[in-house]
Amino acid sequence: MAVKGKIEWISGPAVKASGMASAKMYEVVQVGEERLIGEIIKLTGDIAFVQVYESTSGLRPGEPVYGTGLPLSTTLGPGMIGTIYDGLQRPLDVIAKKAGPFITRGITADSIPFDKPWEFDPTIKQGDTIEGGSVIGIVQETPLIEHKILVPPNIPKCTVKEVAKHGRYKADDEIASVEDKNGKKHELKLYHRWPVRIPRPIRERLDPVIPLLTGQRVLDSFFPMAKGGTGAIPGAFGTGKTVTLHSVAKWADSKVVFHIGCGERGNEMTEVLVEFPELTDPQTGRPLMERTILVANVSNMPVAAREASIYTGVTMAEYYRDMGYDVVLVADSTSRWAEALREISGRLEEMPAEEGYPSYLASRLAEFYERAGRVIALGTPERTGSVTLIGAVSPAGGDFTEPVTSQTIRFVRTFWSLDARLAYSRHYPAINWMTSYSGYVDTVKTWWESNVDKEWFQVRADAYAILQREDALKEIVRLLGPESLPDEEKLILDVARMIQIGFLQQNAYDPIDAYCSPMKQFKMMKMFVIFYQEALKALRSGVQLARIRGMQVIPKMLRAKFAIKNEEMDKLDQLVEEMLNEFRSLYGVKEVQVVE
Amino acid sequence: MSKTSGVEYSRVAEIRGPLLVVDGVERAAFDELVEIEDNEGNRRLARVLETGFGKAVVQVFEGTSGLSVSGTRARFLGKTMQLAVSDQLLGRVFDGLGRPLDGLPEPVGKDFLDINGAPINPERREYPADLIQTGISVIDGMLTLIRGQKLPIFSGAGMPHNMLAAQIARQATVVGEGEEFAVVFAAIGASHGEASFFQRSLQESGAIRRSILYLNLADDPAIERIITPRVALTAAEFLAFQLDMHVLVILIDMTSYAEALREISAAREEVPGRKGFPGYLYTDLATNYERAGRIKGKKGSITQMPILTMPSDDVTHPIPDLTGYITEGQIFLGRELFRKGIYPPVYVLSSLSRLMGPALGKAIKEGKARPDHHQVGNQLYNAYARAVELRALAEIVGKSGLTGADLKYLTFGDEFELKFLKQGYEENRTFEDTLRIAWDVLSILPETELTNIKEEFIQKYYVKRV
Repeated sequence: MAVKGKIEWISGPAVKASGMASAKMYEVVQVGEERLIGEIIKLTGDIAFVQVYESTSGLRPGEPVYGTGLPLSTTLGPGMIGTIYDGLQRPLDVIAKKAGPFITRGITADSIPFDKPWEFDPTIKQGDTIEGGSVIGIVQETPLIEHKILVPPNIPKCTVKEVAKHGRYKADDEIASVEDKNGKKHELKLYHRWPVRIPRPIRERLDPVIPLLTGQRVLDSFFPMAKGGTGAIPGAFGTGKTVTLHSVAKWADSKVVFHIGCGERGNEMTEVLVEFPELTDPQTGRPLMERTILVANVSNMPVAAREASIYTGVTMAEYYRDMGYDVVLVADSTSRWAEALREISGRLEEMPAEEGYPSYLASRLAEFYERAGRVIALGTPERTGSVTLIGAVSPAGGDFTEPVTSQTIRFVRTFWSLDARLAYSRHYPAINWMTSYSGYVDTVKTWWESNVDKEWFQVRADAYAILQREDALKEIVRLLGPESLPDEEKLILDVARMIQIGFLQQNAYDPIDAYCSPMKQFKMMKMFVIFYQEALKALRSGVQLARIRGMQVIPKMLRAKFAIKNEEMDKLDQLVEEMLNEFRSLYGVKEVQVVE
Repeated sequence: MSKTSGVEYSRVAEIRGPLLVVDGVERAAFDELVEIEDNEGNRRLARVLETGFGKAVVQVFEGTSGLSVSGTRARFLGKTMQLAVSDQLLGRVFDGLGRPLDGLPEPVGKDFLDINGAPINPERREYPADLIQTGISVIDGMLTLIRGQKLPIFSGAGMPHNMLAAQIARQATVVGEGEEFAVVFAAIGASHGEASFFQRSLQESGAIRRSILYLNLADDPAIERIITPRVALTAAEFLAFQLDMHVLVILIDMTSYAEALREISAAREEVPGRKGFPGYLYTDLATNYERAGRIKGKKGSITQMPILTMPSDDVTHPIPDLTGYITEGQIFLGRELFRKGIYPPVYVLSSLSRLMGPALGKAIKEGKARPDHHQVGNQLYNAYARAVELRALAEIVGKSGLTGADLKYLTFGDEFELKFLKQGYEENRTFEDTLRIAWDVLSILPETELTNIKEEFIQKYYVKRV
């Protein structure tokens, strides 16, 4: 029996209600006569502390509070793809139809369309044994996504008594009836519900050995992400966090992409909504929106729902993972989520730790990132899926030692560090190649070597070494000027600059450059490494540096990213040939002696 | 919400800074408007911050000085704070709470709107894409302002942010439409000088007829500042989304706003975040800044230009820092350029217009902008960044330590500041003028250095020098 209490006290999103002795922690309650949605986050005696997910303006003490007996949950079934949700999984287009262009409160909206019939194709038959997580049938959700209908994970081993024939069904129709060994019947539908704060169970965790390809050269080639991995992208404002995250969301080679706008700008979500339906997935040629789900709890929407939005998103992501898909979730920004925690914690009058953040900030972050992983899903048949979590961090004042950044770094393996100085010189993506790192370089090495080129690891190391040496030399240049260096070191500076302009910089708005295939990445990287090796040889054989600097091929190499399409790899080979020829011409008559 | 309207209480338990704690209150609503009456019968407005267990904590906008524990009465009005809106607001001057200051009667309300507004549903936002020509080269060429954008000016004490804002308000047009902006100006703890400069500038250009001024000046009650931007934005939303006008909102100075917020937070004994500002400063600022934009199916728009003075020119101070995370870029005024006497002293390397790239891309595709515009903007940035870097180097090693190409960059840097950046307060340049000057200064560099620009544009626009 759900409880009914009474509001005693209100301050912003925080409400205290009495008569709540039988309420449960994290139970969802309806607050006030308008039945605003809230969640119990603390219980003392018969007083429940409720965080309210909608504006409490005008709410009065004495109004009722209704318990629901249920935790905050997501509705998981076909019809989620292409939707933009708020932090409580209410579709924003449905809210707009009910309330107009501004979000008012007390609006209810189903998370998935219950009136839409779906074509269901069963994959089990009467007498089969199934268990929690098993696939019982298929619905084609979008041309890109075959939605596998899953048995709720908490259902025990059962025998199928009855299953619906191939046909059109609505989400709420019973499509299978199963019986467990105690003779208890369970009804299965096209959807089920799962609480957001409890990770969906899995059978086994696997090593993240497959790279998540994003088409972004600096990420894929230098600081790779693995499918099922974790990453953070911290940067002060104006460093291009959002553009970089959008690029990842656009081009990542995963089946489903979640983009959580958590306390960020409204227009950024609009940008995704405008842009994604027009962009096509490089792997399938279909509109990107057919594989994307957005969760938008922008900065001026209620702060408590912001706290929930991350969990809502990751629970939906796990659900698609359990179908056997690779899923990427980008959360922009986890700092705003942490601020929501801080605000609620402040209202609870908890003892603050650093900078007012609650002492459980670290454990909450750890719990969130632990929901990433490459896994074998529960149930039959066997499926492998992954959830990759990438969180943007917005450090206050660009200071990476602040609590959210410094705690996040402890729990992620890839660190894409955005640099304000690079951004100010319009070097995009402004990822600092010296302070960033990836813990997956060694794990994804085998994939690159067997799918792209066996030299990948070596070429990457050579290219990176040039950048590292330049970094060290820059100190000297800063003190003594570039003319003080010997020619071989000047060459390092030149080639490093070429790599920065021609390889690391990537224009997200250029139709050719926006997505760079793994092969193009490798060949471009190798081109610059060959250039360096050849130039060094030439210098050592007495060719003047000025002649190398004046080579005709250099501007062409720098423009290759714009000029050569992913399908035109022979043109890159020709360019390398042209470069080698020009080097030969520098030697003039001595050419014969140098070519080995 | 009429249940308790007009209920009066007189048991004031405590007066603490801007806060008043009223005892024996039964059902005051959160956020409810309260009228406070002192011994002499003078009235002030207040708002409920916390309610329950028989108490209400209210925040008095006009301050608590002169109030006493006995004899002060609080009347709960049974409604949240609303603004009466109509087209009669245009051409008027109000105080920070929306009461007339110009001696004319209260405007007749066509509608009453909650000053807190409601968040625009992101699904219903229209992505801002129309380029505004401000007539200022550095903004048009490198930080193009877009209709519906929120672009703050990060300034410092004494710098000409008000001139820049006034020039933009006067000159801003959308090319091809020629439609003028309505201006909503909110002074939040601004000085009399700043406010009257702005008022004069609007009068001189005749723009005052389509303007509304809300003035909370430096010597007005500080707590009122919490309300002033909300009142101004409510009026702007009415003009934009009910009267189909394009509105430019100028909020000066958001630093005073944040300080008022800190004052209340401190009085409530909340756990402070950075520099004593409350942990919810980001969210609170966002509830103001996010009230800019466009809505699908509506003709009007709100373009916001908040101005803030950075304490000690420090961009990492919480106010500019959090603002920058919410707004779509920033125009950063540089102290060094200001000292050199360059107007507008926009330090482009710290400035950004986030909406410029996508909007220009679209405009170029539709033939509404010159195809080289974006690339030229990027090239100017890169080259100027290089020039600034080399200037620092030249100070250490001297010009003799630099290569020939480096010296060209130094010349570029100087010419960029003197020809492109610097312009008159009355000078209104077209996009075409701006690009011509840009190519003129870029052509100081060798063609091969222009790596951001496509070959065909270099062929077409590069100025060959003998």
